[in-house]
Amino acid sequence: MSKAKEFVQKKETKIIKGNVAAAYAAKSARVQVISAYPITPQTTVVEKLSEFVDGGLMPGTQYIRVESEHSVMASVIGASIAGTRTFTATSGQGLFYMNEMIHWAAGTRLPIVTTIASRGAAPPWNIWADFSDVINARDTGWMSAFCATHQEIYDEILMSYKVCEDHDVLLPKFVAYGGFILSHTSKPVILEDQDLVDQYLPPLPDEKGWPQIFIDPDRPMMHGNLIMPSGFYSEFRMKIQDTLMKSKEKIKVATKEFEKIFGRSYGNGLVEEYHMDDADVGIIIYGDLALQMEQAIDDLREEGYKVGMTKLRHYRPFPTEDIIEVAKKVEVLGVMDRGTAFGSPTGGPVSSDVLASLYNTGITTKILPMMAGIGGREVNVEQQKEEIKTLIKMKETGELPDNLIHGTLWDGILEVK
Amino acid sequence: MSESKEWKKIAKSKEKRPKVQEYKNWKELPPIPISLPIEGSMGITGDWRTFQPVILEGCNKCGICWMYCPEGVIKRKEDGSFEIDMVYCKGCGICAKECPTQKIKMIRESESKDE
Repeated sequence: MSKAKEFVQKKETKIIKGNVAAAYAAKSARVQVISAYPITPQTTVVEKLSEFVDGGLMPGTQYIRVESEHSVMASVIGASIAGTRTFTATSGQGLFYMNEMIHWAAGTRLPIVTTIASRGAAPPWNIWADFSDVINARDTGWMSAFCATHQEIYDEILMSYKVCEDHDVLLPKFVAYGGFILSHTSKPVILEDQDLVDQYLPPLPDEKGWPQIFIDPDRPMMHGNLIMPSGFYSEFRMKIQDTLMKSKEKIKVATKEFEKIFGRSYGNGLVEEYHMDDADVGIIIYGDLALQMEQAIDDLREEGYKVGMTKLRHYRPFPTEDIIEVAKKVEVLGVMDRGTAFGSPTGGPVSSDVLASLYNTGITTKILPMMAGIGGREVNVEQQKEEIKTLIKMKETGELPDNLIHGTLWDGILEVK
Repeated sequence: MSESKEWKKIAKSKEKRPKVQEYKNWKELPPIPISLPIEGSMGITGDWRTFQPVILEGCNKCGICWMYCPEGVIKRKEDGSFEIDMVYCKGCGICAKECPTQKIKMIRESESKDE
């Protein structure tokens, strides 16, 4: 059964929007500094948090209103260097404007968690679900996760703080979910007891900052000054890559521990498989389309097709080993992107990375890069069933579909009549 | 012997050089590069100097130069008078500009050798 169907009301739930779930997660995580600048479709996250702070529901939390996204990240970096748990949220163009400071946050190794209500990049102006914005921050050193459900937004933010603040990791993280599709629709979300959340994610100890940097008048220090090419610049960059790849284990541990305390599981944390074990044909998909794809898989299974799907939960660090395992299980594997990577081998960010992961592994699984739902274009279950049927046809005939655009199937393209 | 020759001697002396943390390989490195305020972290900056500040007689020991020096190389002696550390002084001339009694003079390095 799909997740949507098996939803059982065991704990107290609230019917809330995805953005409000993100705000509640920040409240549950006891964040100490929030910096805010509104941008559609993220606005209601920081609006809700301002209500919490103003209403005295988050005692001791500082809420900073700044004049731009660039300042948002700059102020959050400052607050984080002081050793606080920080939170902010943004979307699309706001994230692009923040870009310089995003590199500073990762380079300073600060555990900042930022939610992104993803939207398409302008021009043409677009505010609907499309992961191109978080993809744009791919090479910054931030971790990035995709959420498929309202509950997952709440849960992933808690798990993110757990991973980011680990002293072996100390890197920032984006938690992305589709704009409007998740951010502005309401669903029941379990909001956990504060005691239980504190048990999983204890409030920060009253120490002087993180191990690598802290504000202390007794021991002044300086960070961010010039390193000559003969200095250790290259090695510090290498350390970020090394840490990011090693953080995969930390993500798995944090997800397992979350399951133990709260009873909700998200695969191994990096990928979540659905009916993959006996499948001949599979698809890798992420974000909100993944939840709906479970329905399509269920329907096709009832029709007798052996199909399965894998939900990609983390884009950075990329779960190379898990992707290899998934590809081994099936004969034909589709990779569905909702976001563009122009000029890349396939045009889709995840499909390009999947192809790169399988190189030199000797795996002969046929891969079909696919695109759907760009700029918030509606993708319904029937369409997703057709997408899977394309893969099944590919398996039966052994031939690629003939309507590919530079090797990629752009699904749901408008026809001129 | 002029002071300019004096600090060159110091620069060559290993014992008097500022200590810099050295790492053998990248695994020993901390997560990020941090500079701690140690004396002369940028090396012997005294050899950047073209003009050398000289405190003349009649200094009223007000301490304005000490306060304005961007490099912190002006030190107060026990008797309250000031001396300038020529190993690190870059010769920017801010002290001479700010001195309210004009008792700091900037002398070209080549001229200072003749004294």
